[in-house]
Amino acid sequence: MIARVYVGLKPGVLDPQGRTIAASLNDLGFDEVQDVTQGKIIELKLASGERDTVEARVKEMCERLLANTVIESYRIELDEEEE
Amino acid sequence: MSTAVIVFPASNCDRDAAVALEKVTGKPPRMVWHKDTSIPDDVRFVVVPGGFSYGDYLRSGAIAANSPVIRDLKDKSEAGLPVLGICNGFQILTEAGMLPGALMRNANQKFVCRISRLRLANAKTRFTSQYDAKHEIDVPVAHHDGNYFADDETLRRIEGGGQVVFRYSENPNGSRNDIAGIVNASGNVLGMMPHPERAVDTVHGGTDGITLFKSIVGSL
Repeated sequence: MIARVYVGLKPGVLDPQGRTIAASLNDLGFDEVQDVTQGKIIELKLASGERDTVEARVKEMCERLLANTVIESYRIELDEEEE
Repeated sequence: MSTAVIVFPASNCDRDAAVALEKVTGKPPRMVWHKDTSIPDDVRFVVVPGGFSYGDYLRSGAIAANSPVIRDLKDKSEAGLPVLGICNGFQILTEAGMLPGALMRNANQKFVCRISRLRLANAKTRFTSQYDAKHEIDVPVAHHDGNYFADDETLRRIEGGGQVVFRYSENPNGSRNDIAGIVNASGNVLGMMPHPERAVDTVHGGTDGITLFKSIVGSL
């Protein structure tokens, strides 16, 4: 099973990299860009298991290491088909 | 009396910290490797040094915070062992949950490397007791992720509890409330982005950092 973890800054936390990307896009003439937030995707290849158990384990991984919940939030996607 | 410096892969201020400790205690500190599972029992003060532990992978300090030696450090600090985290060391201590808040990318996106002037927000801690509270001190900063963030409630709590120890006179990184260094609620763990170990000898261009080491060693 593949788990994809999307980690990004929480709403309200200043995202200097997002701002710089937005400014750069504006410089390139993409005037419609009003704001940018950026983050990272962490893809985990996991031994197959019962979906709820897998999700609970990945959530624990996020809380303990993958995200710093002081500043970041995360979202988990599970993909059972993909190998 | 023994002190210790923890060494991670890509620590780069560990020897500077060792020089500062030897200068104050007269004895070289123990250099404790990150894979060691415990800090020797005779150690009375630990420095978590600056650098780029584990290449700053995932987040600055995140991997180091889960290393075996930090787990032991956390237990011992809860039992009262004094700990100083400098720069990457501060990032590691916040990631390990030993200090509140987090260090984010500098607000202007730039690596800052310069002498920073600091105000003493609390001169009554074990780390600052020998400073003249009215004086500002000059200590170098060198970091990319030094932008201190804590949510409003945490900020109120640490401000109210005298946990803010140093503030920048000119904020170089966007830190909330100009925070450069904080202690935990018990007052035995200090984290700071500026480098006091780089201001302990006249050849450094200043010696304002030595008083911090004298204060904490004097309190042991």
